[in-house]
Amino acid sequence: MMRLISACVLSLWMALPAFALDPSEMLADPELEAIARKLDFEIRCVKCQSEAIASSNAEWAVDARRAVRELVAEGKSPEEVRAFFLERYGEFALMRPSRAGSNILLWLAGPGLLLVGLGIAVVYVRGRARAGTAPEAALSEAEQARLDEILNQK
Amino acid sequence: MAVAGPAATAQFLLCAASFAALTYAFVTSDFSLRLVTLNSHTLKPMLYKVSGVWGNHEGSMLLWVLILALFGASAAWFGGNLSTTFRARVLAVQAAVGVAFYAFILFTSNPFERLAAPPMNGQDLNPLLQDPGLAFHPPFLYLGYVGLSMAFSFAVAALIEGRVDAAWGRWVRPWTLAAWMFLTIGIALGSWWAYYELGWGGFWFWDPVENASFMPWLLAAALLHSAIVVEKREALKNWTILLAIMAFGFSLIGTFIVRSGVLTSVHAFANDPERGLLILIILMVFTGGALTLYAARAGTMEAKGVFGMVSRESALVLNNILLAVSCFVVFVGTLWPLVAEMIWDRTLSVGPPFFDAAFSPFMIALLAILPIGSALAWKRAKPGRTMKTLWGALILSLVLAALAFAVQTETTILAPLGAALGGWVIAGAATDLFQRTGRGALSGRLQRLTRLPGADWGKALAHGGLGITTLGICLLMAWQVEDIRVAQINAPYEVGGYTVILRDVSEVQGPNYYSTIATIEMQRDGRTVAMLSPEKRIYPVAQMPTTEAAIANGFLRDLYVVIGDPQADGAWAVRTYIKPFANWIWAGCIIMALGGLASLTDRRYRVAAGARKQAPPNAGVPAE
Repeated sequence: MMRLISACVLSLWMALPAFALDPSEMLADPELEAIARKLDFEIRCVKCQSEAIASSNAEWAVDARRAVRELVAEGKSPEEVRAFFLERYGEFALMRPSRAGSNILLWLAGPGLLLVGLGIAVVYVRGRARAGTAPEAALSEAEQARLDEILNQK
Repeated sequence: MAVAGPAATAQFLLCAASFAALTYAFVTSDFSLRLVTLNSHTLKPMLYKVSGVWGNHEGSMLLWVLILALFGASAAWFGGNLSTTFRARVLAVQAAVGVAFYAFILFTSNPFERLAAPPMNGQDLNPLLQDPGLAFHPPFLYLGYVGLSMAFSFAVAALIEGRVDAAWGRWVRPWTLAAWMFLTIGIALGSWWAYYELGWGGFWFWDPVENASFMPWLLAAALLHSAIVVEKREALKNWTILLAIMAFGFSLIGTFIVRSGVLTSVHAFANDPERGLLILIILMVFTGGALTLYAARAGTMEAKGVFGMVSRESALVLNNILLAVSCFVVFVGTLWPLVAEMIWDRTLSVGPPFFDAAFSPFMIALLAILPIGSALAWKRAKPGRTMKTLWGALILSLVLAALAFAVQTETTILAPLGAALGGWVIAGAATDLFQRTGRGALSGRLQRLTRLPGADWGKALAHGGLGITTLGICLLMAWQVEDIRVAQINAPYEVGGYTVILRDVSEVQGPNYYSTIATIEMQRDGRTVAMLSPEKRIYPVAQMPTTEAAIANGFLRDLYVVIGDPQADGAWAVRTYIKPFANWIWAGCIIMALGGLASLTDRRYRVAAGARKQAPPNAGVPAE
């Protein structure tokens, strides 16, 4: 990856504000072009820094956009186009990581932590609710004064 | 201990002198400084000579420590109501962070390095960065990042002291509010800049560096909600302390991501693995140390407040879970390429499609519960009574969703969903504010509206702003139109209901660039609605082209045009975008920040925290 970074750093700023997709690249059929344009955002420019081919002007991105359009014009589905890039350039070329293998951890990280968080929260809130049934005398005098103050401010 | 205050002031003054010296060098184009040579040029406009000070690694680190010292000093100046020992501890922690970064600057990033033979002129600042929006983007972000160091210092000081009470919650909240507010503005400025500068109207890319600023924002938002629970109910203390540590930890992680270059990012900004390693060490020492202290002391802080399952407290717990989980999703997504490569030797990308799919559900849940949670009573709430006030907002949001569904030509669920959520949150915030005026005649309630405490207005504005931003993001993403074509001069064509006519293309010379400038007329129903002048510029010193999009801003839509390369027989490539509700995104952010400001003006932060006082009639501490 480090090799890739150093290779990219030079071309990076040059590529950023560029015009990207040129009218000459586009498909004549607007419906097919719309499908291809959507795919542009799913394929990564492997010669750029975390950028989709949609907005990059790097030579690689131009070629990749052309390949996307050729495949779409041949009647390939978006899934097949993604598979085409996966086969040739590996997972690096897909902006949407797959759910296969270790990547399942990536996709389940959020939902997993949510479940853990909710579990802890339910235990905590229950504890707080149950503490309410304990006699008020549990408070020391100083604490009672503090509590009064808080309640007064309400 | 009494030394802490003056020491903090002295620290700030010294940093300010150093920063002023560097600024002076930039303003006078003193090319005997290496940094000035690399980042400035005599022809550069004055604004960018000044902003060039922080448009590079060394200078921005100097700004970083200046702001750190400023926060430390303001704790000394405005911390009169803190106990002497507590204030000294806060300042000590703050100064310890400072020392680490002073060492970092001195040993790896000296901004005052001199050149033996100064060149005649400099190499100019990256032209993309020569922009008013970006000139102020870093200072705001740093105010936010570094502002969270105050929350960190308060948390560590409280752990050392072994005491967290309502007063602590009240002290830490204004600092968090200020930091969050600055982060909001900083992120919005960056996003707005990307929108008009990068030439295709993207406003958020889920780039590692963007995520680095977004994660502390999410945690700061969680922290300023949980601090309310500490302040009002003396519960969630452990969690709030942990959040305060983590929020600053994520600021440091952000600094690490931006400056180490371990993650590929479009922000190729001062990437240096050695510096990255040092920041990583600072990060580990401070968060590691604080977390160790936390593990040792957290058990001693028991909660006092008692509340039921359905209560404002529970709703805020849910808010915190959703914000923390969404931050975690961003964190895992950002670091995953690195993790996957190190552990499984998989080289992969985690791009916007992942974040859109994995992050959004938590935001949708957060927005859906927001109006209900923020209207629930403290301690023990009656859901039925709360909902009674919210039926109006709910119906309004459903009507908006139906409307969005009816007017759209695409069959996307994003627009109706965004309209529903945005409308629900905005109307919910308005309802909540109005409910605070109590009962009685409408005129009396409207009068009381102006006298509501700052915190009430702050809450309504911040939540309303969030709703507006939600509307903007969803409607823009669902309905934007892109058109790319070869346009002949004076040959009209249609894009999304507008007629576009390329009138003229000419060459002009700017102060430090050459420009190709087009004139494009936009018509609607035969009437001219905008004359736009998109540009293509070449900056000869930096040898770099930029595109300057021309945008006609509107309340309901932006018209966005970009001029491309010349084509055969005098034609030009032209890109035209219709961007519905684009301005709502940043308007919402500004309103959110104003909400933070309104909350900061609340009188309860000005009175001595914890001091005995008579509760004033009618006002009291607002529940937020």
